[in-house]
Amino acid sequence: MSNDAPTYATEEMRAAQGQWGGTRTAPPITETDIRRWAMATYYPKQPPRIYWDAEYAATTHWGGIVAPPDFNPFAWPVERPRGGSPGLSGRRPDGKPLTGMNGGQTDTYGVPMRPGDIVSSRSRLVDWWEREGRLGHTLYVRTEIEWRNQDDELVRRRMSISIRY
Amino acid sequence: MTIYFDKVALGDKLPEWSRRTGFAEWNRYAAVNEEFVPFHMDDEAGRRAGNEQGAFGMGNLRYAYIVNALHDWIGDAGIVREVGCQYRAINQKNDVLTVVGEVTEKTVVDGENRVRLDINVVNQDGGATCPGHAVIVLPQ
Repeated sequence: MSNDAPTYATEEMRAAQGQWGGTRTAPPITETDIRRWAMATYYPKQPPRIYWDAEYAATTHWGGIVAPPDFNPFAWPVERPRGGSPGLSGRRPDGKPLTGMNGGQTDTYGVPMRPGDIVSSRSRLVDWWEREGRLGHTLYVRTEIEWRNQDDELVRRRMSISIRY
Repeated sequence: MTIYFDKVALGDKLPEWSRRTGFAEWNRYAAVNEEFVPFHMDDEAGRRAGNEQGAFGMGNLRYAYIVNALHDWIGDAGIVREVGCQYRAINQKNDVLTVVGEVTEKTVVDGENRVRLDINVVNQDGGATCPGHAVIVLPQ
């Protein structure tokens, strides 16, 4: 890319690349959180017993109730975390804000989440690239988000693509 | 029911998993994921966001449907190890979304019997809304 090519990448992004941000910790997961999640995502059908029937779940290789892999223990925080620096998501040279879109994700799952688990999250900017698309000049930002439980076991690693134009 | 690794073949299809989606499904998902975004809750807000038909569904709910379809196929003895997808089309009210998938690879990695599938969520018109892949672990 020549020096006068447009770029939405910022100095903040270059400084932050590869650096883990601060850790957030979710409240302890409860059986009710898991049951409600499963009921919502299976609605109007009944969810599998592994998500709500402790007696049945004890007979499986999991040994007890587990959460669906996509369960989000970070919903409903009492105190909402402040957003990161806008510069970390790119910026137009003229200073106008960029429009954002979720470009998708790949999640790798480690150990399951269970009632009583306390999950912590941290994230880092991995890399980015830019190209001319149907929305004009477009910035793709890849972020890694890592969840670990109270025993420091990996629960989930998400590679997320944010589209900014 | 348990699905065993040696009984799965390349080209096998994931059993189809469908839901008709609208406010009943979206509001329940908003409640558990705290996803009360106006364009998912209100037709006027959906139109203001550029969708003429009004409110539209969450990408995260389609992701949940993929996970559920995998779980319902492999049962409690299997493990969902990886899911990836891109959100390509809008989930309109009363769409019937169906998770489809096909086995593309079988490998043994770190002692795990892994099966890879191409995945999508198609609507009632056959529109592919969510291309992606999944990796599951099955017992021998």
